[in-house]
Amino acid sequence: MTKGEIVAGCLAPHPPHLVYAENPPQNEPVAEGGWEQLRWGYERLRESLAGVEYDAIVLLSPHWQTYIGTHFLGLPHFKNLSVDPVFPNLFRYHYELDIDVELSQQIHDRAAEAGLSVKMMENPDFRVDYGTITTGHMFNPEWDKPMVVISSNRSRDYYSVEVMQEMMMELGRVTREAIIASGKKVVVLASNSLSHRHFTTESEIPEDMSKEHITSHAMHLWDMRMIEYFRTGQAQRIIDEMPEFTEQAIAESDGGGLSWLLSTLDIPKYPGILHGYGTIIGTGNAIVEWPARNHKEVEE
Amino acid sequence: MSDGELIGSYIVPVHPHTVLAPEQNEGWGRLRDAYDLAAQRIKDSGADLLIIYSTTWPSIIGHQIISDPNPEWVMVDHDFHDLGSIPYSFNVDEKFAHEWNKANEKRGLKSRTISYHGFPIDVGSVVALKLLNPDNTIPAVIVSSNVYANRSETTVLAKACMDVVKATGRKAVAVTAMSLSNRMFTTHIEPKDDRIHSLKDDEWNRKILEFLGEGRLEDVGQLSRTIHQQIRVNKVVAFKPMWWLSGMNQNRNDLTGEVLAYEAIHGAGGAVVHLDPTPSGTGDKEYDEDDVEYFAGERNVLDGEAAQADFEKDNSEPHAGTTQNSGPALWDPTENKGSVNTDAAPKPVGAYPHARRVGDLLYLSGVGPRQPGTNSIPGGPIHDGNGTPLNYDIKAQTHAVIQNITRILEEAGGSIDDVLDVTSFLVDMDRDFQGYNEVWAETLGHVGPTRTTLAIRALPTPIAVEMKVIAKAPAMD
Ligand SMILES: [Fe+2]
Repeated sequence: MTKGEIVAGCLAPHPPHLVYAENPPQNEPVAEGGWEQLRWGYERLRESLAGVEYDAIVLLSPHWQTYIGTHFLGLPHFKNLSVDPVFPNLFRYHYELDIDVELSQQIHDRAAEAGLSVKMMENPDFRVDYGTITTGHMFNPEWDKPMVVISSNRSRDYYSVEVMQEMMMELGRVTREAIIASGKKVVVLASNSLSHRHFTTESEIPEDMSKEHITSHAMHLWDMRMIEYFRTGQAQRIIDEMPEFTEQAIAESDGGGLSWLLSTLDIPKYPGILHGYGTIIGTGNAIVEWPARNHKEVEE
Repeated sequence: MSDGELIGSYIVPVHPHTVLAPEQNEGWGRLRDAYDLAAQRIKDSGADLLIIYSTTWPSIIGHQIISDPNPEWVMVDHDFHDLGSIPYSFNVDEKFAHEWNKANEKRGLKSRTISYHGFPIDVGSVVALKLLNPDNTIPAVIVSSNVYANRSETTVLAKACMDVVKATGRKAVAVTAMSLSNRMFTTHIEPKDDRIHSLKDDEWNRKILEFLGEGRLEDVGQLSRTIHQQIRVNKVVAFKPMWWLSGMNQNRNDLTGEVLAYEAIHGAGGAVVHLDPTPSGTGDKEYDEDDVEYFAGERNVLDGEAAQADFEKDNSEPHAGTTQNSGPALWDPTENKGSVNTDAAPKPVGAYPHARRVGDLLYLSGVGPRQPGTNSIPGGPIHDGNGTPLNYDIKAQTHAVIQNITRILEEAGGSIDDVLDVTSFLVDMDRDFQGYNEVWAETLGHVGPTRTTLAIRALPTPIAVEMKVIAKAPAMD
């Protein structure tokens, strides 16, 4: 069998505002646009991957929060209505998605072998979290690729950013191994924002872009620091600074997505492509692609 | 109609085991029995409203209150999905939800009602309502736990709720769906092996339950920060449910408490506790923090550049620009025949009432944007204590003026729709007229009073806008 491959790894944030602003037929509320910089960023990301063939999307979402280890969606098909519990005014999305159960099980089994606490989710009534749906929609609005959906193990809450990262690095490593062993071509997505301090009020028109800005200068500085590392191939520094970043920028990297992503990519030394940056209700969001398909020689 | 009251309070565990698997572990079974006993007591008490504060429903934009009269769906827990699904169909008191939302606003607290088909009611609320209200005979309301809220917001949330309970004559039961220690085992365990995660967690839980058993609820509220540090995994910034429940009970320490069960659920501390308002005769109390009536901490980041600058200088204590250390002394509003005064409006700067009723008309004293309680100025003050001009947000100030007018009119039994004539004073017509006019158009513009706008040199406090209002007086009852 041919070796599997990660063709790209992406930071692909999931504020539901992006889907809301796109007005897809699956979402009930209607918007007058908004957050264009980020939506154009997603457009560039999709264009960048338009000619690239791949079999599956592997995604880790911080809004499927599990406290008892890491869970994987384990049924072939999910269909339901996803209503965001925080922004139900913006996100009520009728979804249907396919799961690559085989690959999910392979990653699950390797993680179990490595000593991580894992579980397959096989309850058909389960509602897929809105982080997965938002990133899934923005990355692939056709929903024509099967997915592997991985929960966010809240080990940060239970222990520390350091322990969380150690576990996520391990999960990233076994994810990569499982993908290579599967013979499949895969895109990996970490669905999280950078700085994550929200406004606690919402403007009357949520998409009123005259109200949108970062919550504070300190948050901006942290976001730009991370983006600089993304753009200059310094993934190791991101790993090194993850505890400070996560704590000081109240970053959504607390869910483990970013650490996991960089680990699946074997801590890339090549630059990531910044497709977009923007704030959403004060939080900082970057869309970044590491085009692993173009850097095989660096990795092997 | 007689005054409404809180006739009981319950603390109940959140995880789905008590609904889906009580037979798998003796402890889970005992929690279920205690849940069933609580349900029977609630039924026998003649309660006509169940108010759920759930720690498993986090919100960001203020607090959220379910107002869908019949939320229905199937709940599956994020962690314990293998235990099964819980279909639900609840009976929500839509009207109460809206009234509570309004009462929050009156006390300066942001909240909103939520009524969307398919909204995911959280596991804590689903478990609590399924077991405490099995036939759905008692209407319920459910409120979220705001992730950024701290003690003052949570206390004011409870007081606003009790405003409505009293005003609507309800016999209400308050419920907090919560764990005590919330550290679970992070790996799969067999049901028979369940126990509290650590001895330390167990000892703290027992101490908390000892207090609650003695009815010392406010003491537990005052220990919330300590409890959070000692036995709470930091899923949220603070341990809030005891602040809310104590606020619902007038911060009392002499309730009659009874612990109906205490057991482990996958390592976390689950308890069913009943707190009855009958005085127990014990329980001395001393406040170690302010007893807050109004919330004034919102920092208005969307509108106020001045407020934002202020926040960045000192983000340890979010607040709008404050005038506490400058400006004229504050007076209690004077009381005369026909005067209308309210704690929900800023204190006067002289001997006059907020409003006075004469026949069919209500004359309001000049109203500015200062906030009741803190005296802070939304959008920031126009100059600092030394008279150095500051950048301020006229729109935020104008909004705040209209909000204060609304509060005074509501105190009189009316509403903003009663305004007939307004004289507005601006200290900087060139700079501010446009912003003031925009806010007017969005608000009072829809009501339609006559209006006169004047430029003046200064107002008594560092504010940019003040309005003098004549309104229709509500009919006397
Ligand atoms: Fe998020």
